[in-house]
Amino acid sequence: MTPTSGGTPTATATPATVVHGPKRPGVPVLEARHLTKHFPVIQFGPASRRQVVHAVEDISLALPQGTVTAVVGESGSGKSTLARLLTQLITPTSGELLLNGEPVGTSGKARREYTRQVHLVLQDPFSSLNAVHSVRYHLERPLKLHRRSGRDELGSRVLELLERVSLSPASGFIDKYPHELSGGQRQRVAIARGLAVEPKVLLADEPVSMLDVSIRLGVLNLLDELREREQLAILYVTHDIASARYLADTVVVMYAGQVVESGPATQITDAPAHPYTQLLLSAAPDPQRTEPPVLRGRGSPPSLVTPPSGCRFHPRCPFAMAVCKESQPPAFTVAPDQVAACWLHEPGRSTDPDTATATSTATNSSTSPAEAAEATDAAPDATSGTSE
Amino acid sequence: MSTTLIAADPVLEVRNLCVDYGLGEDAVHGVTDATLTLRRGEVLGLAGESGSGKSTLAYALTRLLRAPGVITGGEVLFHNRPQGSATTETVDLLAADAAKLRQIRWSQLAVVFQSAMHALNPVARVDAQLTDVLKAHRKQMTPAQRRERAVELLRMVGISEDRLRSYPHELSGGMRQRVMIAMALALEPQIVIMDEPTTALDVVTQREILEELMQLRERLGFSIIFITHDLSLLIELADSIAIMYAGRLVERAGANELFHTPRHPYSLGLLNSFPALHGDRIRMEGIPGSPPSLTALPGGCAFHPRCAFAMDRCGSETPRLERPQRDDSSGNRKDGEERLAACWLQDGRQSPPAPLAIGLSAPAAERPGQGIPSQETPGHENHGLESQGLENNGLESNGHEITGSDR
Repeated sequence: MTPTSGGTPTATATPATVVHGPKRPGVPVLEARHLTKHFPVIQFGPASRRQVVHAVEDISLALPQGTVTAVVGESGSGKSTLARLLTQLITPTSGELLLNGEPVGTSGKARREYTRQVHLVLQDPFSSLNAVHSVRYHLERPLKLHRRSGRDELGSRVLELLERVSLSPASGFIDKYPHELSGGQRQRVAIARGLAVEPKVLLADEPVSMLDVSIRLGVLNLLDELREREQLAILYVTHDIASARYLADTVVVMYAGQVVESGPATQITDAPAHPYTQLLLSAAPDPQRTEPPVLRGRGSPPSLVTPPSGCRFHPRCPFAMAVCKESQPPAFTVAPDQVAACWLHEPGRSTDPDTATATSTATNSSTSPAEAAEATDAAPDATSGTSE
Repeated sequence: MSTTLIAADPVLEVRNLCVDYGLGEDAVHGVTDATLTLRRGEVLGLAGESGSGKSTLAYALTRLLRAPGVITGGEVLFHNRPQGSATTETVDLLAADAAKLRQIRWSQLAVVFQSAMHALNPVARVDAQLTDVLKAHRKQMTPAQRRERAVELLRMVGISEDRLRSYPHELSGGMRQRVMIAMALALEPQIVIMDEPTTALDVVTQREILEELMQLRERLGFSIIFITHDLSLLIELADSIAIMYAGRLVERAGANELFHTPRHPYSLGLLNSFPALHGDRIRMEGIPGSPPSLTALPGGCAFHPRCAFAMDRCGSETPRLERPQRDDSSGNRKDGEERLAACWLQDGRQSPPAPLAIGLSAPAAERPGQGIPSQETPGHENHGLESQGLENNGLESNGHEITGSDR
């Protein structure tokens, strides 16, 4: 049990707009309001039949200073699209971005200012660095483009950047080419490039998934130090929920373009409220597990061209009820700072978020008896993580 | 999950296998002195980082290695006992001629390759690819029988019959991987080698495929060599695990043993590289530095530059893969499998540092005061779960003391 849910506050419906992300006093560095992105599907035929991929639907997210927000989801969940929307590499279909509380303008100048403050670190350091240029070139370029330093101090600025990402001695790295560096060192150079213009926000899209296991933690710890030391707001996009738990303050779980659950990192993994989060956790490798996990909600994510009605998870959900098919659940507060977009947590339906899943299966489930039994069996699992 | 195997007989024995890339002085040693035993029905996990030689080892023992890869020594004995046969014939795969290899490959020893998109033929339909192997190996089958078998295979891996006429690009990643598994199992092999079969897949799909695979193994009784870099997955999945580093096997142990009582600093470091899903959040350090290049291996133990416990000796002499001297649990282990580690710390001359001595018979007085900088095995403290319910593969009571003394 989380200490807070011991008193079992009744789940309450939150106001229409739920802003995900760590809660901190003051104005967040970067805030996204109702971000939506629909990609057109290119096809011939009458305009009325023109279809779109609903990649990101109505996401509001705030990234305060000195915090790490992890966005977790499977491929196709829209997590990378969200990161790209936040970099302004792609324009949202609707919704707005606020930098330091001010709406972001569209002029060239505003855009330049935005890219100075919000930087992206890409997944694959093997292809995000230019093979024919040295480390020095990669790090000087943003400094020159954003006119962050005079010509004479370029060299010292680059050395300083390398030291900041723990590549020392910096002078030993400055004239190396990407092929001379290991994967971890390359990713550090990519992060240093992101830091060159002293951004306030760092968006890291799967920054460690291409790296060797033994050096992943080094890069994650570096991000943690940057958060601590430079008070960066970091968005960490990943498919690995364990690393999200390790690094992040807040975890945002995405499914089929929507946020299904968000809350403090350990709370999300110890007491997941949304059936999809529970599914993700049960599928994640866990050496401490003694029994093979029971997957509740097999199958794969839906087509985002014609997403399911109501809750997008309902075709897979072991607890699906009639209401799930009809209307999309709003985000219900299930614990302090933790919200889940799931009808199971509608006030009045159930009082205890941890047992909600089990009880509602027995009564409302439209799934097969075997699955229902499975779910009841597995109900203790859902709480076991928290009871130790 | 790890089912306890009571002295199953070996199906594949690899002894002192050495593989080089290139010839002469400049040759890079891809695999050095690998010795492994795979038992019937066992899942053997091969873990290591990129460049550790785990795929090279798999390709060498199937003789699929391409130039400039050269097998320079050792032997690979395959104890062939085809379905329904009572006699076992031992074949040295490294000495076998092309005809013999053709007879064994796929029908007795199948491989599931890493990238299903690249391993499937993009211009051939699924049914063509499934029946092709039957056409080659089961000449007596009629086209109708072959088709029937293809349907059966697809159903076995959870794909419906109407996918037979699909091209690979019409299938999702998970389905392609399932087709690969179905193809590997088409001739009911005794050994299936899986090279990172689920690395590119989402966790839920990965879990589903692994579940199916384990059910199939239960039913068909094949052995699996499972190659991956994801040690946390392997601990759940495999019966025993071999850890590779820079072309050498550095530790070999039962899956649970390895998790609870690693004996090699590299295994310990790898275990500490996976953040846990439970318990307190503790800062973990992973392993400092990065894996060495095989063209410029450090002398002595290749791990010593990254090792927190390195001694003078580690830089000059290469440790052999041996039984830890103070490990007295080997006497009473059920599966007859020795646990091995290639580390000077375990040679009995000194007592190994605490994280590597869990469950060893070292005098208790020696344990405190061992300077263990920053390597305090975080994530291992919270073992309330295991000591209650876990079958401790041959570890017996030793395993339970861990939690107390570790702290």
